[in-house]
This record gives sequence, C-alpha cells and structure tokens, in this order.
Amino acid sequence: MKLIERFKQGKFVITCEVGPPKGIEIKKLIDEVVPLRDKVDAFNVTDLQSSVLRVGSMATCRLLKDKDLEPIMQLTCRDRNRLGLQSDVLSAAVLGIENLLCLTGDHPTMGDHPEAMPVFDLDSVQLLSAIKGLMGAKDMAGNDLEGQPPEFCLGAVVNPGADPLEPQIMKMEKKIQAGAEFFQTQAVYEIDKFTVFMEKVKHLKVPVMAGIIFLKSPAMAKFMNANVAGIHVPEEIINELASAGKEKRVEKSLEISARLITELKDLCQGVHIMSLGWERHISTVLEMARL
Amino acid sequence: MLESLGKEKNIFLLACNGCAEACETGGEKALSAIKADLEKAGKNVASTALVDFLCNKVLVATRLAREMDKIKKMDSILVLSCGVGVQAVSKVVNKVVHPAANTVSLGGLQGLWPSDERCQACGDCALDYTGGICPITFCAKSLLNGPCGGAQDGKCEVDSEKDCGWQLIYERLQKVGRLENFKEIRTPRDHSKMLPSSELRKTSFYDIEL
Repeated sequence: MKLIERFKQGKFVITCEVGPPKGIEIKKLIDEVVPLRDKVDAFNVTDLQSSVLRVGSMATCRLLKDKDLEPIMQLTCRDRNRLGLQSDVLSAAVLGIENLLCLTGDHPTMGDHPEAMPVFDLDSVQLLSAIKGLMGAKDMAGNDLEGQPPEFCLGAVVNPGADPLEPQIMKMEKKIQAGAEFFQTQAVYEIDKFTVFMEKVKHLKVPVMAGIIFLKSPAMAKFMNANVAGIHVPEEIINELASAGKEKRVEKSLEISARLITELKDLCQGVHIMSLGWERHISTVLEMARL
Repeated sequence: MLESLGKEKNIFLLACNGCAEACETGGEKALSAIKADLEKAGKNVASTALVDFLCNKVLVATRLAREMDKIKKMDSILVLSCGVGVQAVSKVVNKVVHPAANTVSLGGLQGLWPSDERCQACGDCALDYTGGICPITFCAKSLLNGPCGGAQDGKCEVDSEKDCGWQLIYERLQKVGRLENFKEIRTPRDHSKMLPSSELRKTSFYDIEL
C-alpha cells in the first residue's frame, strides 16, 4: 500500500527504520520487525546508511513484503548514475515495492570505503523528477517505456534543525514540485524549534513525519550534538537521562522518546523512528505514547 | 548571453587577457565584438576593462578598485573569461555577475590556473544563477538544486574546514537580491559537454604528440 493512502485516511502515520546487515544473515532483522507488523505502517530500508557497505535496500524490501510488511525503499544518489538509478527504480516496481524515499546520500568519505568515487550524477530533486518521469512512461532521455508505467508514492527528507533553515525549506519546495508527497525529518528533540519549522512549511500542505532517535546514553546524545548535522539534544534531556542511573537508563530513554512522540502528535502527521538496534523497544515506546 | 542579462540595461564588460585571449573568448578583440553586439541589442555598455589574468583575485581587486564608482551604477557585470575568472570577480565585487561563456576544455591553452578544482570546464556554466560561486567545484557532491542536509555550522560534512558551498551561494544570492534563482529546478548535467571538440583535439596545443 502506498504510504500516502495512510495520510489520506487521517491516520497519525508511524514508520521505522531498518538497517540491512553487513553480511548476508538477514534472518535476525526479519525476526525483529515481524512483531511490529500491526503497530508500524511502513519500514524504511536504508541504502548503505552512512556510506557503509551492507546488503541492499531493494532485496531487503522484497523480503519484508514476503512477510506482509510495507517497505519504503531508500534511494540515494551516491553510488549510481542516472542509468543505474532508473534501472533500480524499474526493478523495484517489478518486485512490488510501492514507496520510495529519495535522498542525496552521505558522501563516501563518511563511511567505510572512503576511497570510493562519489557519483552524485543526479541530486535528490532531479532523482524525484526522473522517477516522476518514469511514472509517466518516459525515461530521462525522453524514450518511451513499454507497457504499463510504474506507480510509486515518493517521499523525501528535510532537516528542520539546519541553520540557516531557509535553504532547506526552499529545497523542500523544489522536492514537492518534483514529486515528493511526504517528508521525513532528521531527529527532533526541541519541540519549540520544530513548531517554528512546521509553521514555516504549513503552506506546503504536505505530510511531515518527525524523526525520532532513541537516546541510548548521555554520551550518544553528546556525540550527536557534536557530529550530526541538525541534531541538537538539549542539556535538560541529557541530564534527565544521566540522572536515571545505568540500571534505569533504558526505561528513562524510552520514556523520553514516548514523551517527544506525544508532544509531536499534534504538530505533524506522523513519526519516523530510527531505533538504531533498539527495534525490540519500539512497541513499548508506541504503547507509552498511546499509539 | 542576452537571456542571462534579462532586463538589465547597464552593463560593465570585463574581459580576461590571459588564456581567454588565446582562446579568443576574451582579450581586446572579443571585448569590442561583444560590446558591439550588446549595444546592437539595446544594452548600454557603460564601461569595459581588460585584466591580464582574471583568475588572480588580487589582480582583479587592484584593477577594479579604480572602476568601483562606475561599477556601482551598473546593473551587472558580464565577464569574458573561464569560470575561475567569473568566480574571482564575484568574490571582489558586490554585484550580479554573469559568465559570458560556457567554459569547455582549454585544451593546452590554460595559463595561470591550470587545474580544475575551481572550474571543471563542464560546458554548462552554473555561475550565472549561483551568484558566481560554482556548485560543481564548491559543493563536495556537486549538487545543483541546493544543500544536502549534511552541513554543520556552515561547514561541509566532508571537511569541517571547508565552507558549505550552498550556504555561500544562498548568502550571496540574498546579498545581491537574486534569491529567486535558487527556486528554479535545475536539470541534470549533460556530461557529454565536457568532451573536447574534435577541432580542439586536432590543434597542436591539445595534442601533445603533434
């Protein structure tokens, strides 16, 4: 099912992120997400997240479909030129994948193959346009596709914590113009800042899903503050987590995430949970947030 | 050229007298030819200047210092040089800057700035809409439609000592009142434009074996 249908139903949509393994043993991933089938609307499968070599998004998406889970295939511009990207989009359609999330992608120097050639033949806006073209039965060179064209729900990303914010919003507008139907954001910890962002993009009338990253430790929060663009975990939240002590930390962390989700519920149209290995805690957090 | 100048009427014409002279896209001859063409098209070419090597920022700044009063009254500057020259001019003058050429391979004719880290001679110059800052060489991902989400404190995700090119472009466009340039969707590059033409490949400058 296309994710946009969920928004149309007026549902507060929940997606979560699935990172394929580095190696071919995929059973663990599948076993972890299957219990979430009735709680999560769709599962984003990352495309070599952080430029680290892993199993691909397309194959994992298909395995999720086999288990009756709704996949969102992430597609970055880092590793394939326009021929490779268009071909993968067609292949995804053949495999029954209906949701695509288009991103620029991290630079290869961020990952475990820093010597790799950065491709970026297209950018995220151009990738969206290209897919929209394929949906209209034309490839980027203007050639006709044979038979029934593919159909997708297209998503994109935006970073509401970016400073300055205006260029992000201007690019978001271009992405909508190019075909993006919904947006997922970088992790949100500051509700007031996010409220300002939502106010600024209100006129775009497009569903926005706020990003949630479980804070596993105060050190992780500090690391993200120093190294991840657009993420800022306020001091109070770090202190709150630290004050819980080691044995109660997980409980406290889940409580913080559930509280954020509860506060975000009235501000946007869904949440996108990036659990980073804490998949087993997702259902608890959703229950705590009464979702 | 006329399309990029749009409604701008008063033009300051600036030509490089270095490699661009040898390539015949700059120098005295091109300067007067373009001046005549612009005037024929109803433009007011209020002033012209010839600088030996436009890719040398110091040279450009020194030479243009005495023209500043005139430049201030102009709508824009049209630069007859490769992409590096256009970027150097944009850096020293707070004015809308237009490239007069789509820089292609210099094929052995290059002079003062012989590498491609500032201008890749892509044959499809973006400097006209980016305020004279090249998104292909300045952005680590050569993005054409705005920044990725990776910049932090204005610095690139690839190198924290390097400015985010798109943040510079955004600030520059804001400064010269051309933020609307940002909004237009830019289509993918045509990489075949980077291939040197067959005429160029036949010249003794290009073919080092000749």
